[in-house]
Amino acid sequence: MRDPREELTDHIGSLRAFALSLTRNSATADDLVQETLVKAWTNIDSFQQGTNMRAWLFTILRNTFYSLRRKRKREVEDADGTMSESLATKPDHDGRLNLRDFKVAFDQLPDTQREALVLIGAQGLAYEEAAEVCGVAVGTIKSRVGRARARLAELMELSEEESLEITDSVTQGVVGSRPAA
Amino acid sequence: MTKHMTRKQLNSRVVEEIDRNLRQAFDDMAEQPVPDRFTDLLAQLKAAEEKKNSGDQQDA
Repeated sequence: MRDPREELTDHIGSLRAFALSLTRNSATADDLVQETLVKAWTNIDSFQQGTNMRAWLFTILRNTFYSLRRKRKREVEDADGTMSESLATKPDHDGRLNLRDFKVAFDQLPDTQREALVLIGAQGLAYEEAAEVCGVAVGTIKSRVGRARARLAELMELSEEESLEITDSVTQGVVGSRPAA
Repeated sequence: MTKHMTRKQLNSRVVEEIDRNLRQAFDDMAEQPVPDRFTDLLAQLKAAEEKKNSGDQQDA
């Protein structure tokens, strides 16, 4: 059987992106990824074959992040707005919505909402998987994602009035649960 | 069940717009080349384990 550790390399990009969204500092993010990889390597026996390895790795990364942060709680948090700063600014292709503005708005979300939105909206985890990663109930994840989207819409000044012709059931279906993809 | 609904109901177009931006931002990051420090790290872990395993066999 293939050693699941062979698969670790495939997830480094996602881990870095998730770490950056938590730490908002690129140097800290990569240290966090390094620690996650070491832990994953040495604790591979706790990974259940056939389950989502990315979700498993995110759980390790997130736990490591919060335990480090508790240790360093007296240190001044060094958030440098990395989402908005470290990424190359791309031109607005079709965009009513400028990606850079989006990143600035994203960086303003509370930690719990940001991580929930990242796991669901960007990393494509199922609500159940995201709930497990964050150690909370599925309903809590749904609530956080909903509030994160609402806050972003507000920050981005996306108009909500134009939507009145969309039926409530469609709207609720999209906001309340993730469509099967 | 409606407790988690937001005060202002978001329409599907807004949700799509947000998620599209989110994915774009993350794909940009996730697709950046993997720094050598990580591939080196995994290689070192693997080498250390192989060394340990061969040591174990000698002891046995």
